Amino acid sequence: MQGFLPEQQTAPSVILTGGHLRFAGKEVFQDLNLTLAAGKWTCLLGPSGVGKTSLLRQLAGLRAEDGDLEGTVSAGDGAPLAERVAYMAQQDLLLPWASVLENVLIGRKLRGEAIRAQDRDKAMAVLSDVGVAAEATALPATLSGGMRQRAALARTLFEDRPVILMDEPFSSLDAITRRRLQDLAVRLLAGRTVLLVTHDPMEALRVGDEILVLKGSPARIQPPMAPTGPTPRQEDRDRLWPLYADLLRQLGADAPGPGGEAV
Amino acid sequence: MRTLRLSITFIGLLAVWQLIVVATGAPPYILPAPADVALAMAERPALLMQHAWVTFAEIVLGLAFGTVLGVVSALTIALYRPAKQWLLPVLVISQALPVFALAPVLVLWLGYGMPSKVAMAVLIIYFPVTAAFYDGLRRTEAGWLDLARTMGASRGAMLRHIRIPAALPAFGSGVRVGAAVAPIGAVVGEWVGSSAGLGYLMLHANARMQVDFMFAALALLAGFGLLLYFAVDAGLRRLTYWQREQSPFDD
Repeated sequence: MQGFLPEQQTAPSVILTGGHLRFAGKEVFQDLNLTLAAGKWTCLLGPSGVGKTSLLRQLAGLRAEDGDLEGTVSAGDGAPLAERVAYMAQQDLLLPWASVLENVLIGRKLRGEAIRAQDRDKAMAVLSDVGVAAEATALPATLSGGMRQRAALARTLFEDRPVILMDEPFSSLDAITRRRLQDLAVRLLAGRTVLLVTHDPMEALRVGDEILVLKGSPARIQPPMAPTGPTPRQEDRDRLWPLYADLLRQLGADAPGPGGEAV
Repeated sequence: MRTLRLSITFIGLLAVWQLIVVATGAPPYILPAPADVALAMAERPALLMQHAWVTFAEIVLGLAFGTVLGVVSALTIALYRPAKQWLLPVLVISQALPVFALAPVLVLWLGYGMPSKVAMAVLIIYFPVTAAFYDGLRRTEAGWLDLARTMGASRGAMLRHIRIPAALPAFGSGVRVGAAVAPIGAVVGEWVGSSAGLGYLMLHANARMQVDFMFAALALLAGFGLLLYFAVDAGLRRLTYWQREQSPFDD
């Protein structure tokens, strides 16, 4: 069951050239080049403070939370990227005064577009795709964390953008809920260009077509890892454990961190 | 349950009052007993109500105008940088000057009638509403604004659909303070110069040693203040329906 194919042309690749983040007089990363393959899931891993979130914000056209960002972001097809990106954060960012349905429709409201009957129908359809249709009229505060993140996914799907940028969207969920949402996202976001920033190597291995590790000071992108087999992958069936060990090593699990702190 | 609690509080206050009167043996022209006050109230109810309406109208009008003015000011300060730099000092001055000092000037300018009292009430309400709402408008959750930006929202749409609703709980705090202090403005205005209102009535009753009658006016003012506060509070709760209340009692 494919929820909604992007109405627009096929998803473009996204290219960052000369990415540069300076924070507190220090270069967090510089001369960073990154390409998100068209229609594929790219996962970005790396230790805290390495600039993953800033990188994602740069691609989303947002300012850095701290520090100065420079660099050029463009789409592989040459058309402007601005109206083709959807953003999903670790917090669900549901507006507490609006019902789940109103939250899904918020993009149209914010752009000053009328909300037509067909928009409501489409919103209800994406809500039922993510399994929250029964809660359409509920306020977000009455929903569990998993349901709220599902509603946030529905809002993202409703926007129907070909490029999806996600910053640890599932990290606050319990293991089982997280897996379900990963599966759901892989199914519903198929065909789009996706960047998933995550702290969880196994999450990257389950859903990523390409896995990048950002590390060092200034941070560099390490040679990519491309697990084989269709997503969402299964730990045992797709032999992900050796790759998991590899990733942990890359992230510095062996090296004795300051105070014994790992990844 | 709530009515019961309120009546217990009310009866308790009356009992303490009566107790003090009995214990100190204060003469009625210093501290009248509750019964005397009730009697005074019953003697001239028409007169009391006639003046009470004037004061109530002043308070309600002051609260309404003060709130509107506060909302407009807060929005202006929040939206235009120069406005913040120029308006904020004016705002602070409006609070730094005591209303008691301004009252004679306002009466001089606006006359003995209602406008000078409404202006006093506005002056006193304006600051808490502006300060609280402005604060709310500045503290919008950054993630909501980021999301709105990626969705292609205009500045106006972000204000209307995100910043303003998010600031409503803070706005509510300001209006609650406003509702509680509004009577001060109106009554002080009446003391300085007026021909009607509970403040005017109290001043005259005091001068004629009709202390029981003065207390009757005071009781009416207190009752109305309470009513106004609870009405405003109930309205604000409906306005911020999504806010879940918690209290330190439940910790």
